[in-house]
Amino acid sequence: MNFWHFVVQNKLEIADLALEHLWMVAISTLLAVAVGIPLGILITRRPGLRKSVIAAANIVQTIPSLALFGFLLPAPWIGDRAGRLAVLALMLYALLPLIRNTYAGIKGVDHAVIEAARGMGLTDWQLLYKVELPLAASVILAGVRLAIVISIGLATIAAAIGAGGLGELIFRGLAMVNNNVILAGAIPAALMALFADTLLGWLEKRLSPPRPA
Amino acid sequence: MAEAVIEFRDVSYHLPDGRAILRNLNLDVHRGEILVLLGRSGSGKTTALKLVNRLLETRSGDLRVEDRPSRQWDVIQLRRHIGYAIQEVGLFPHFTVERNIGLVPAIESWPKEKIAQRVEELIKLVGLHGDVASRYPHQLSGGQRQRVGVARALAAEPPILLMDEPFGALDPLTRTDLQREFLSLQLKLQKTVLFVTHDLREAMLLGSRIALLEEGRLVSVSSREEFLASPDPLVKKYVEAFGTGLECSDKRVSP
Repeated sequence: MNFWHFVVQNKLEIADLALEHLWMVAISTLLAVAVGIPLGILITRRPGLRKSVIAAANIVQTIPSLALFGFLLPAPWIGDRAGRLAVLALMLYALLPLIRNTYAGIKGVDHAVIEAARGMGLTDWQLLYKVELPLAASVILAGVRLAIVISIGLATIAAAIGAGGLGELIFRGLAMVNNNVILAGAIPAALMALFADTLLGWLEKRLSPPRPA
Repeated sequence: MAEAVIEFRDVSYHLPDGRAILRNLNLDVHRGEILVLLGRSGSGKTTALKLVNRLLETRSGDLRVEDRPSRQWDVIQLRRHIGYAIQEVGLFPHFTVERNIGLVPAIESWPKEKIAQRVEELIKLVGLHGDVASRYPHQLSGGQRQRVGVARALAAEPPILLMDEPFGALDPLTRTDLQREFLSLQLKLQKTVLFVTHDLREAMLLGSRIALLEEGRLVSVSSREEFLASPDPLVKKYVEAFGTGLECSDKRVSP
């Protein structure tokens, strides 16, 4: 049986797993954005926290993914369902690029612009949402893009703890020593990553502050 | 005696490492005048300026704005009461000229029509053509950007202006144009202006009075004529550095 045959025969299962995969990535990225961007903003306001926050995110990043899935298993509520666990682990991995890029994006805003804004009497909030965030948007989005691409790849490993997703096919293929099955999981995951990357790249360009061509 | 709008009383400013940037500054800025703070880089003139709108906080001495200690002002109210223009301009690159100028009126929730009207008026006032309104800062020349910066500082009709070398980065011809125009604008508007520069020529052209700072100390405050004739060695050094050709009475129409 060749690869195409296998894909056509199992198209429903592949689609199901792809959807599951996408779901894990989407939820974990949303959570990571909800945590990472505020943390990134916080460390621009409280420079004293910067080192510890970045170090913590760095450390998470260095934990091998299989080990992290394992570490989280005994956690209450989270550990009850493999899906929750996978989402949490993926979220933790996505934090670093988000925190970093948010911080770098805001710090990269022209100093004169910030000074003029403060001198004009913008409040801290107005400075943030009228000036800093819009001007940092493309850098922050680059972080989101990176986080998503990493998550799509990492989510394949979530199958090892039974969270499903396209990794399911990869692990099954490995066990069966069947390349078709492996590819049926790997190729959709790769396409998903490529597609997300392109889409967000386009968005990033659109959000860049106007500059001379 | 004219009414003092900004008063420095024994104001000192030190960096966290203890280095003194300003030492016991005593200075009044009167209503309707352009007081030029003159000095070389590192003399403390920009620091003095930033103390007024509290981009830096006065920790020692007393600084009063409109007869009220600056510390007692709500900092946001204080800054909206004071227009601020700097050399790098700091226009918002993601806003059109129109939104740049109209930002403070907008956050002060002026009605839309009033903002549009004010922006149009300001664009004309600073000598720009109406069609720049929809452009972005990067589409403007340096001189145009500075004009927009001045218009933005004037937008919410602040009675006080702080200007930190606003024309410093321009070529000499454009700079002279803008200085002249600013002067005639000031004749109409009668703002209280604290103007920082290291350029004696600019000081002679614009200043109602000139205050010379050196290493955080006020050397002298005087009219332009007195400044040129001053026997003070530091003033003399400054005047000599700029060479001949300095005059003061002619082009300027005294308010």
